[in-house]
Amino acid sequence: MSRAAEKQDFSLFAKAAGDGRTTMDFVVEGVRCGGCISRIESALKKQPGIRDARVNFTSRRLTVVWDDRTFDPAAAIRLVEGMGYRTHPFTPRADEREEAAQASFLLRCLAVAGFGAMNIMLLSVSVWSGNVTDITPETRDLFHWLSALIALPVAAYAGQPFFRSAWSVLRVGKVNMDVPISLGIVLALGMSLVETAGSAEHAYFDSAVMLIFFLLCGRYLDHAMRRKTRAVAGNLAAMKAETAHRLSDNGELIEVPAAALMAGDRVLVRAGDRVPADGVVVGGSSRIDESIVTGETTAREIVRNSAVYAGSLNLDGTFTLRVTAAGDNTLLDDIDRLLQKAVGSRSKYVRLADRAAQLYAPVVHATAALTLAGWLLAGASVHAAVLTAICVLIITCPCALALAVPAVQVVTAGKLFRSGIFLNSGDAIERLAEVDTVVFDKTGTLTLPDPQIVNANTIDPALLQQAAALALSSRHPLAAAIARHVATAQPILGAVEEAGKGVRATVDGIELRLGSLAFCGIDDTANPPESAASVIGFRAGDRFAVMLIHQALRPEAHAVVRSLSRLGLQLHVLSGDRAAAVAEVAEGLPFSSWQGGLKPGDKVAFLDRLKSEGRRVLMVGDGINDAPALAAALVSMSPISAAQLSQAQADAVFVGDRLTPVLEALTTSREARRLMTQNLWLAALYNMVAVPIAIAGLVTPLIAALAMSGSSIVVTLNALRLRRPSGRQRADADMPLQPRTSPA
Amino acid sequence: MSVLVVLVPLALGLGLAGLFAFLWTLKNGQYDDMEGASLRVLSDDDLAESERGPRRD
Repeated sequence: MSRAAEKQDFSLFAKAAGDGRTTMDFVVEGVRCGGCISRIESALKKQPGIRDARVNFTSRRLTVVWDDRTFDPAAAIRLVEGMGYRTHPFTPRADEREEAAQASFLLRCLAVAGFGAMNIMLLSVSVWSGNVTDITPETRDLFHWLSALIALPVAAYAGQPFFRSAWSVLRVGKVNMDVPISLGIVLALGMSLVETAGSAEHAYFDSAVMLIFFLLCGRYLDHAMRRKTRAVAGNLAAMKAETAHRLSDNGELIEVPAAALMAGDRVLVRAGDRVPADGVVVGGSSRIDESIVTGETTAREIVRNSAVYAGSLNLDGTFTLRVTAAGDNTLLDDIDRLLQKAVGSRSKYVRLADRAAQLYAPVVHATAALTLAGWLLAGASVHAAVLTAICVLIITCPCALALAVPAVQVVTAGKLFRSGIFLNSGDAIERLAEVDTVVFDKTGTLTLPDPQIVNANTIDPALLQQAAALALSSRHPLAAAIARHVATAQPILGAVEEAGKGVRATVDGIELRLGSLAFCGIDDTANPPESAASVIGFRAGDRFAVMLIHQALRPEAHAVVRSLSRLGLQLHVLSGDRAAAVAEVAEGLPFSSWQGGLKPGDKVAFLDRLKSEGRRVLMVGDGINDAPALAAALVSMSPISAAQLSQAQADAVFVGDRLTPVLEALTTSREARRLMTQNLWLAALYNMVAVPIAIAGLVTPLIAALAMSGSSIVVTLNALRLRRPSGRQRADADMPLQPRTSPA
Repeated sequence: MSVLVVLVPLALGLGLAGLFAFLWTLKNGQYDDMEGASLRVLSDDDLAESERGPRRD
């Protein structure tokens, strides 16, 4: 993939700022210190035509401002990438700005409530100490009226988040947890006014405002947590933006963002690729899986003139597509899809907590009403009965219960996003936490996805040229190595890929085959290969060549495998590659077993055997040949370089060259499960202890307010503990995406 | 008790001053990049620039 050949349409990302300036946002990878900030900013600001450049370190984004006439984002990207930071154009979502506004509204409410709470407390403490010494009733009344003067406007302003939410559900005849909160606040304020008017000894303005203040603290934490997760998801989506292979008029392949495709473009779709835009097949044939588009699960044969839709997966052939409708799967859709998958889907724990909170909301009101009735029947004064009922109303509110699991889920998703891991399904976290066996594919998973040919100078260039042309039709990493070697190759239409064997096509009556030696009919004893390299054969009619390809292990693969083994996991390697090449990789590492020369079916059979032994398997693989095994495992992960067919099967996808995300996914999800359980217990315990005490009338509204908001803050803070990096990961937790050393 | 006439407004005034100061920093975008701010304080770019004289047109 040479970036120089990529032509991108930047108009999608640029924003006219008015007054002759244009701004554009980028996501920058690898910014990790103050030095990076000033290097990037000063280099950009030195460029003529660039008015301003500012790095936001928190969100890892860069905003650049140009004069309209000198707008040249490609030059800016080249400049920043030249310094070793990978850069991607980015459009902030519209609701990201809304969320920022919401966050600052919550902060304003919090500030106002804090101001109110402190000043009212000042007056309340004076009254309390005065009540046991010598305060005159006149001074007390003055202090109560002053409290009212502060509390009423403060509650009216700072209570808005609760009142609005309560009103919006009440209007449609439903109840949420903001209803009892709002009711509690209004009742406490109303009762205090009545008391103050009657010159009573106690008023509860402090409780109402304190409740608002602490609840807002929890609300803001929760909101900030979600916002951070979304921002990270947005950055990741920018890096993962889907690309398409456009055929230019002279037959060259150009990689473009899928969103930049226009009607009339011709696009090459290889086996395992996702169809980037709606269109009509103009060359080649294949079978495609349209389950995402139509829900139909049987594959459809497509030939010339068949219509295909964006999002379908190309299963085995290579075909050319004439785009009829420009791709609308823009970045924004990507982000939403990501978030929905990671946070939105209903996991087991979320369902449990949801049901509990739903059942609980009516119970809160019923309990408060029964308490009121009970105390009245028992002969208590109306004043005491109402006061106890208010306490019950506030203290039983199931905020902590409703927050217990989602809070952990959001923090977990954020942490995984930051480690460069996308979740394709929401319950993947729970399944990852249960894993006790990890099965790795070798090529492209344990090793880097871009291996090199080592014996190119011994092969006839014409033959290599043909092999490269055929290799363009395959997503296999070894094929990609050959295609990369000959940059000028033009794709062969109608090539068919046989998973786990190779690709074949017929050109001018001669059958071309590229793949395993057996697939090409080459006697492998004739060419004793070096053990360090993988072997791929090519046959054109009766001429043939054997290419040796060397694969480098992913950085830190050794350390990751050792750490996984220390976690008590059983590890296996299954590869379609020759046993000698697998041995090279697996030797000396704590693998329980390794096998080479496997077909896709063999891998599934191996997983089934593990399953029947009661083991819970995580499959890590990337090739099309791994897709069935990925689907068969309890939970699966793919590197971002994997075929999209495999990515679609995987529960999680990780970016970057390193294998560390596998380790991180496992440790994070184990930690997350522990915190979810803790949180559910905390919330349940709080209710079991606090509710009976409140019903018994043993607490004042102030204590009720503190206990209730305290419980939700404890649950949120407990979830945030997950964010704390642990041990060795601390050093590099923020940089899973190191700039590649090779300029490939 | 006449001291209250001074102290209560004084307390409220101080509180309000703090509140408005906070709202101003919020509106000023000072919480947009908390991590960046902690690093920028160490950067001496501005110093070097003032020594070199104005660079921008």
